[in-house]
Amino acid sequence: MENFEPTIVAFCCHYCAYTAADMAGSKRLCYPSNVKIIRVPCSGKVDSIHILKALEMGADGVYVAGCLEGDCHFKNGNIEASKRVAYIKKLLDEINIGGERVEMVLMSAGMGERFAQTAVDMTEKIRKLGPNPVKSASKADHAA
Amino acid sequence: MITAERKPMEELIECLKPYHRILLVGCNECVTVCAAGGRKEVGILSSALQMAFKTEGKNLEVKEITLERQCDPEYVEELVTHIDQAEAVMSMACGCGVQEIARRFKDKPVYPAVNTTFMGASERQGVWAERCQGCGECVLGLTGGICPIARCSKQLLNGPCGGSTNGKCEVDPDIDCAWQLIWDRLKALGLEDRYEENIPAKDWRTGRGGGPRKIIREDLVK
Amino acid sequence: MKTESVLEKIFASGELAVTSECGPPRGAVPEKIIEKAKMLKGYVDAVNVTDNQTAMVRMSSFAACVFIKQLGMNPILQMVTRDRNRLAMQADILGAYSHGINNMLCLSGDHPHFGDHPMAANVHDIDSVQFVQMVKDMRDNGKFQGGDDISNPPKMFIGAAANPFADPFELRVARLGKKVKAGTDFIQTQCIYNLDKFEKWMEGVRDRGLHEKVNIMAGITPMKTVGMAKYMKNRVPGMDVPDEIIKRMAGVPKEKQPDEGIKISVEAIERLKAVEGVKGFHIMAIEWEQKVPEIVEKAGLLPRPKVDL
Repeated sequence: MENFEPTIVAFCCHYCAYTAADMAGSKRLCYPSNVKIIRVPCSGKVDSIHILKALEMGADGVYVAGCLEGDCHFKNGNIEASKRVAYIKKLLDEINIGGERVEMVLMSAGMGERFAQTAVDMTEKIRKLGPNPVKSASKADHAA
Repeated sequence: MITAERKPMEELIECLKPYHRILLVGCNECVTVCAAGGRKEVGILSSALQMAFKTEGKNLEVKEITLERQCDPEYVEELVTHIDQAEAVMSMACGCGVQEIARRFKDKPVYPAVNTTFMGASERQGVWAERCQGCGECVLGLTGGICPIARCSKQLLNGPCGGSTNGKCEVDPDIDCAWQLIWDRLKALGLEDRYEENIPAKDWRTGRGGGPRKIIREDLVK
Repeated sequence: MKTESVLEKIFASGELAVTSECGPPRGAVPEKIIEKAKMLKGYVDAVNVTDNQTAMVRMSSFAACVFIKQLGMNPILQMVTRDRNRLAMQADILGAYSHGINNMLCLSGDHPHFGDHPMAANVHDIDSVQFVQMVKDMRDNGKFQGGDDISNPPKMFIGAAANPFADPFELRVARLGKKVKAGTDFIQTQCIYNLDKFEKWMEGVRDRGLHEKVNIMAGITPMKTVGMAKYMKNRVPGMDVPDEIIKRMAGVPKEKQPDEGIKISVEAIERLKAVEGVKGFHIMAIEWEQKVPEIVEKAGLLPRPKVDL
């Protein structure tokens, strides 16, 4: 467990977080390689099922990164995404996986530091929470 | 539409405990529109159930199918090719769909995944409200198109009661007083006189009072 | 005369009628209702007996009415459409009348949401207007609501409630009109604190000539404390308590507030006596029945008239 390296899926909006990730790269900012980025045209494009499938297939944490409030390229995709994330958090609490494995974060394209810091924070948080119980249970299953 | 809401996960997981392979059946009609049991919700529930089982070290195989209309035998028949592989069926349709599956597949346990709630309309995105109780003898023509049976907490046919305040019902300030709505509408239509007529006591035989109901259309019966 | 009701006779005599109410106990304790009723004896013409008031289970109005009848007083059987369908209502009306109860008040009742059984099914088979019609048809046509004949039809003097302060105000007189059309003999109003608004409502009542078709009794509830006044203003649906009343109650020390509340009630009665169409007063002293005699006396409503039975 002490060597646990979480796998984290970050759905990043093309107009903000994805560009912020580029910015972080060009500024040579370090952030953990645990975070696997999936570029989406808008955070509002991320459906509940995408988040669930990521967890079902073994991600230990998931976050959706969208534009700052009022800055969505498609008007309110980020707001819609926030509501969906809140819904999924509740569902995950209901099935004892824990809503805290999923987060919504907002940033602008210029916030390379925020992108890097979010990746660090999320990795730390999930490391503390431990592996996704879905994954560990199925591994135990295989071992048996 | 008929509206519904998903049951708590705990209840769903509990009733599926004895099984390893289930059919999870959605419906493309009302429950799709009210986001309770359409294809999308089937996918979400399927994923959540499988994860829930895995956290307890168990495995649940879920076959997802969403039928065009679960309350019609023609569409339910489509399950024939899948039913044998499943130990049980979980239906995300309204109570009508659940019962249609139970009727067709006599030896297969079927569980409802949603609580069927009411006949209603969409007030705005994500909000549905009750509009009709299917009383079997529509009074909307008398009441300006607003149903006092479905929308007045005391189903008064000669309202409003003394608890109407600022257009809201005494039961809950989130409920509009149906009789305020009716009155506003009668006024807008210049039909204030209609309010003066006492509506007589209702014959509930056309509703649930007469026992389970059936419609037979001789011109269509085969 | 439509009935043998003393209340009907008093209205017919032209005297102002006075009624009060007793809430039955929350237990099989008949002493409680007898004790409450005795406080009112000689001071009021008839006593309302509430029916699961505020949607809390209590001894049935019918049973409590029988105890009051046995004291030689005149009970008014309150009945709500919330708890009974038309079969049960008519059955109880036959039973009550067989026990000599000849006044009733037809109500829809507080919603179960407010009571101690919010999980109970709401009956509401008929509404209060249809209820009045049913009791009238039983009395005047000797017919059950379903159409069959009644042997020895119950002759009930039929009351209903009116709330002049609920919304929409413009419908309040029209709704009374519906109850009158259905056959209401007397009306007991919601507690009146906003006298101006009540007088305005009465104007509307007179414009339609309803005051000549139905006996309107003004509802009076004395307030014990400023806290009660505030509660009535803010928490009780359909209640109109003007700020002046709150100020007046708050303006006297706590120990004097009950006296001030009674003074307010007495002044209201004095003022409303002069309103054309007010035929009596319904004094609802909630869990404060012992103060009713004092109010009746101070308001100059004693002695109560004697009518031939």
